[in-house]
Amino acid sequence: MTDATQSGPMLAADGTPLKKSLARSLRRRKLRALALIAPLLLFVLLSFVIPIVSMLFRSVENSIVSETLPLTVIELQHWDAESGELPDEALYAAFTKDMVAAVEAKQHTRLGTRLNYEQTGMSSMFRKSGRQIKRLDVEADAPFKEKLIDIHDGWGDVETWKVIKTHAVPITNGYFLNAVDMRRTPEGAQSQPEDKQILIKLFGRTLFMSLVITGSCILLAYPISYLLANLPMRVSNLLMILVLLPFWTSLLVRTSAWKVMLQQQGVINETLVWLGLVADDARLVIINNQIGTIIAMTHILLPFMVLPMYSVMQTIPETYTRAAKSMGATNWTTFWRIYFPQSIPGIGAGSILVFILSIGYYITPEIVGGTKGVFISNRIAYHISSSLNWGLAAALGTILLAVVLLLYWVYDKIVGIDNVKLG
Amino acid sequence: MKVTKTTLMASAIAMVAGGAMAEEMTIVSWGGAYSKSQLKAYHEPYSEKSGVTILNDDSSAEAVAKLRAMNEAGNITWDVVDVVAADAIRLCDEGLAMEIDPDTMLAPAPDGTSAADDFGDLLVSECFIPQIVYSTTFGYRTDLVGDTAPTDVCSIFDLDAYPGKRSLEKRPINNMEWALICDGVAKDDVYDVLATPEGQDQALAKLGTIKDNVVWWSAGADTPQLLADGEVIMGSTYNGRLFSVIEEQKQPVAMLWDAQVFDLDGWIIPAGLSEERQKRALDYIMFATDTQRLADQAKWISYGPARASSAPLVGQHAELGIEMAPHMPTDPENAKNTFLYNYEFWADYRDDIDAKFQAWLAQ
Repeated sequence: MTDATQSGPMLAADGTPLKKSLARSLRRRKLRALALIAPLLLFVLLSFVIPIVSMLFRSVENSIVSETLPLTVIELQHWDAESGELPDEALYAAFTKDMVAAVEAKQHTRLGTRLNYEQTGMSSMFRKSGRQIKRLDVEADAPFKEKLIDIHDGWGDVETWKVIKTHAVPITNGYFLNAVDMRRTPEGAQSQPEDKQILIKLFGRTLFMSLVITGSCILLAYPISYLLANLPMRVSNLLMILVLLPFWTSLLVRTSAWKVMLQQQGVINETLVWLGLVADDARLVIINNQIGTIIAMTHILLPFMVLPMYSVMQTIPETYTRAAKSMGATNWTTFWRIYFPQSIPGIGAGSILVFILSIGYYITPEIVGGTKGVFISNRIAYHISSSLNWGLAAALGTILLAVVLLLYWVYDKIVGIDNVKLG
Repeated sequence: MKVTKTTLMASAIAMVAGGAMAEEMTIVSWGGAYSKSQLKAYHEPYSEKSGVTILNDDSSAEAVAKLRAMNEAGNITWDVVDVVAADAIRLCDEGLAMEIDPDTMLAPAPDGTSAADDFGDLLVSECFIPQIVYSTTFGYRTDLVGDTAPTDVCSIFDLDAYPGKRSLEKRPINNMEWALICDGVAKDDVYDVLATPEGQDQALAKLGTIKDNVVWWSAGADTPQLLADGEVIMGSTYNGRLFSVIEEQKQPVAMLWDAQVFDLDGWIIPAGLSEERQKRALDYIMFATDTQRLADQAKWISYGPARASSAPLVGQHAELGIEMAPHMPTDPENAKNTFLYNYEFWADYRDDIDAKFQAWLAQ
């Protein structure tokens, strides 16, 4: 071989070194692949990643105070909140100036709404005061301290200024503290009063009920999938349609149907009373509580468990079980030692799907969950659409996302994500 | 977005007829029977008069959140939005709704009374044009409450006289007031008491006496369904919903008007519309909130018109042919003991009391 004896680097046909040429063609291929997926990548980035990141950012973003009251925030740094005394005239003058500008830009009520999350009464205080402060002249009407306290005695309350000072930071941990039943105070993080603690409880309930729903889905889906995978094609296709049929029906229709089934004057109770199994005055309470949510959600999420289980079970060769039996294994041993271990990847895939879907479920718990069967997502929805506390909603959402990722990681450590198969 | 068939057809026809893009506006409302009453009383005559095609969007329940998001995105797709007064106040506070001058932007009454006087106290916000007065009140199953029908709101808390389940809304507003009244607080003192932590505890304690017998609802259609199925013997909801259970579906249900809570529903125009769209929205509002139009809506749904001058014009139901006046929450016979939703109190205390209420519910 003459090439081997050559002292220089190996050359390609056009004279460039082979290594370089190879790298170039690889790079070109990579770029082409990237160009092919670029539309999808861009779409995912624009419609999925960016909105989620910006929503997550809302959980710490708090520039509204320092943007609406810039001069006041500077003055507040000189004020000692611990002194128990009201701030001096300079601060009141700065505040008046800020407020006049804020009223002009219609920002003051927005700030009132924001601060009302922390201290009840701020909303109307800013709205009412705004109207009167607007009429003040920032030069001629000084001094302002008395005048402001005249307008609303809240401005003469040390607590008001403490709250503004505490929440003047542009990046806050306040929403995250609220999300775990705590609050940001001048003295640092403190727990919420006991009668307002609910969110931790809801997180716990969401996780617990999602686990129960996943468990009952496994129990119900395993025999169905086994049947589907082992019956003759004609029968199993029919059964498959029965599994998929509810899947194609609207979620709301299915949930409402459960209401008709489960309520105390509903189909199940009427039948039981008619059969004499339940006394008329002791009808079962199986809706508007946790049981209602578990039943309805298990039904709704069942196809997500059946489908991966079925496709994994279909690939388990029958020869293995026959071989085991021919070597003297009982039916149970064959199932437990040979069949079941091979079906675990299907259970894993189904469980992850069902668990993650159920953790974020909102509409079904809202309809059939009553008060004890609602999830954290119902609270997130409340803060998005009713209380408009988007910062808190974002913090709750971020925590939920983190919990799911953490559980996914734990699952990977224990079961191994390679053990998940969809078919 | 739900676009009703009629408007689809109308817009299709307009497209064909005009060849070019017809004038369009998107009006947001609640859907169902309520949107139908607006379609019949306002949209259809307005489209006929002006040639503007009206698209309906049933998003009023999330109007504040969606308008805020549209405002942040800088793309407002709605022209006129139907909201309850509390939401109108919030939208006005956040600068998301346009301020309305009743003297120049709303039609005066036929007798020359200015719009400001005709609407009177119901103009609760600078941005809000009231349309109807509705009430949250109780209905009960006539066949399940025994021999003495309830006449007092406190029957809700009386498990001895009226055993069985009740349905209440899954939020503190209204429930806390009713609880305090039935716990002996004078009507005039309710909000002073409710402003204190002790008062809130008192209200929750009173609600606690029936907590095990309450089905909590979150959609206005829940109570009518629960009453019709006999799941509850009495429950609160909007009076128009009860009207349709009683008169349209002929269920054995009757109204308990005592201590009904009045609330207002009306229009706002989003801030930041282009001049052309704003002009069109104002033209619609001028037409749709005049005396005759408000009275026309009452032919379709049992909510009281917000103008004083409309009340004498309320006639019969357009399809059932029954006299509508006795079904109005504002009818003197029904309005012997009423509350007006306290917008200012709840704007301040909603966050605080709701957290307590939800924590209490979850216990």
